[in-house]
Amino acid sequence: MELFTPDFGLIFWMFVSFAILFFILWKWGWPAIMKGVSDRADLIDKGVEYAQNAKEQLDHAREEADKQIAEARRQQADMLREADRMKTQIIEEARTAAQAEAKKVMDAAKVSIEQERKEAQQQFRNEVSSFALDIAQKVVRNEMKDEKAQEKLVSSLLDEIEKQN
Amino acid sequence: MKRNLFAKIAFALIAMLLPFGVMASSHDDSEKKEGIDAQGIIFEHLGDGYGWEVPFNHHKRIPLPVIVWGSDGLHVFSSSRVTGGQIYRDGNAEFKIAGKDSDHKGKVVEIIDGKEVKPAIDISITKNVCGIFIAAILVIWAIMSVARWHKTQGMKGPRKMTGAVEFVIMFIYDGVIKPTLKDKAPKFAPYLLTVFFFILVMNLLGLIVIFPGGANLTGNIAVTLVLAIITFLITNIFATKHYWKEIFNPDVPWWLKWPLPIMPIIEIFGVFTKPAALTVRLFANMMGGHMIVIVLTLLIFIFAAMGPVVTGATAVVSVIFSVFMLCIDVLVSFIQAYVFTMLSTLFIALGQEEGHHEKHEEEKSADHAAPAAAAQLNTQN
Repeated sequence: MELFTPDFGLIFWMFVSFAILFFILWKWGWPAIMKGVSDRADLIDKGVEYAQNAKEQLDHAREEADKQIAEARRQQADMLREADRMKTQIIEEARTAAQAEAKKVMDAAKVSIEQERKEAQQQFRNEVSSFALDIAQKVVRNEMKDEKAQEKLVSSLLDEIEKQN
Repeated sequence: MKRNLFAKIAFALIAMLLPFGVMASSHDDSEKKEGIDAQGIIFEHLGDGYGWEVPFNHHKRIPLPVIVWGSDGLHVFSSSRVTGGQIYRDGNAEFKIAGKDSDHKGKVVEIIDGKEVKPAIDISITKNVCGIFIAAILVIWAIMSVARWHKTQGMKGPRKMTGAVEFVIMFIYDGVIKPTLKDKAPKFAPYLLTVFFFILVMNLLGLIVIFPGGANLTGNIAVTLVLAIITFLITNIFATKHYWKEIFNPDVPWWLKWPLPIMPIIEIFGVFTKPAALTVRLFANMMGGHMIVIVLTLLIFIFAAMGPVVTGATAVVSVIFSVFMLCIDVLVSFIQAYVFTMLSTLFIALGQEEGHHEKHEEEKSADHAAPAAAAQLNTQN
């Protein structure tokens, strides 16, 4: 039956060995391992979280970039349309301004032409009248050599004037 | 009784193969009687010894120190002085190893007036004690290598043996200790992990047949008894009020408690059956495995008397079966270490249960009690 009767010496040494083993591992073994493992688990968790965040941000960034590009395109189109509109407007304005200017110039030209024409007409009239007077003088001088003719003419002229008035 | 049972099993195995032997050589009756002492060999291999056998030699043993407190004080001497059966005289005292027919068979006894007297204290470094030391050193080396890795290599993942040991540590911690003990896990994990690795290494060392191994450690009741007692002490020292209340005043109909305290008696009985179950489970499993391997090997020598054909056939069958058994024993080594740790965790967890009403108080008092209890435990160790 010696297999079933625990031996004192063995129990004693087993207690001693286990106590020493437990003390060493309790003091220097397990805390270091547990701390190391949990630290590493934390690090891995953090890494995963970081990667997830980064991925999310990346996805987000792409979305954002797409959005910005679309926005930029829209703005570009707007600006082009605006520029086109402004161009048309400017041309229109310029045309109107030019027309107005041209009209003004032409008006001024018309006025001046009219004036010139009037002046020329006046001059011509004056000249024609002076010529006519000269001719009339000469004609009158020739015809009015006698008294009778002079009197006849004067009376006819007077008649005429009377008729006119 | 049990020993006879094992012997019967062994003989039953032999008997199953006997007909072949009888057919092959029925004229060898005289030699059979002088056959080997199977029982003696089995118990020598399963038991403890003062020296450590070396392979292929029945007489030479590695000497180990014998430490005994005899009638006139302490005596320390090499086991090589007595293992041959000689009487060793140390001062006035005479020592020898008791013979087969003695009451103290196989133990060192002091001869006083021609009588064999067992010394008062025998704390010799026997084969098993030496095996325990080797196992403890191996555990320290394995665990400290992981701890050193964590201290020096920082966040790098451990490789090779360190990685394997760390995997097993985390397998036990995350798979057994944490789910059972929840937030109390870090408090008890050092003990439970130490027990697991110590048992695992002792189990595996027992399977190696030559020097560093070969000592049937966990198949020795003293070893498993000590481990179970430590679990028992931890369970009860750290136990909560609720645990004690459940033992002495369990939540059952009053007539089960008074006038005859049936339930308290059963509960108190249960407190002691738990460590007993731990002791016997590990001891019987490991010893059984060893015994089967030894018996299978011995079959070859038992049948050696029956002629070369039978011996050859038996050798082939026996070797195949022993290798198979050893493979299973490797598995059993792990399973038994796992089961012991799991049950210890479970028993400790039962002692940590708390009622719903007094939870807050208990936590406070438990925190105060912990260092004192730990100190007490250390002194007891």
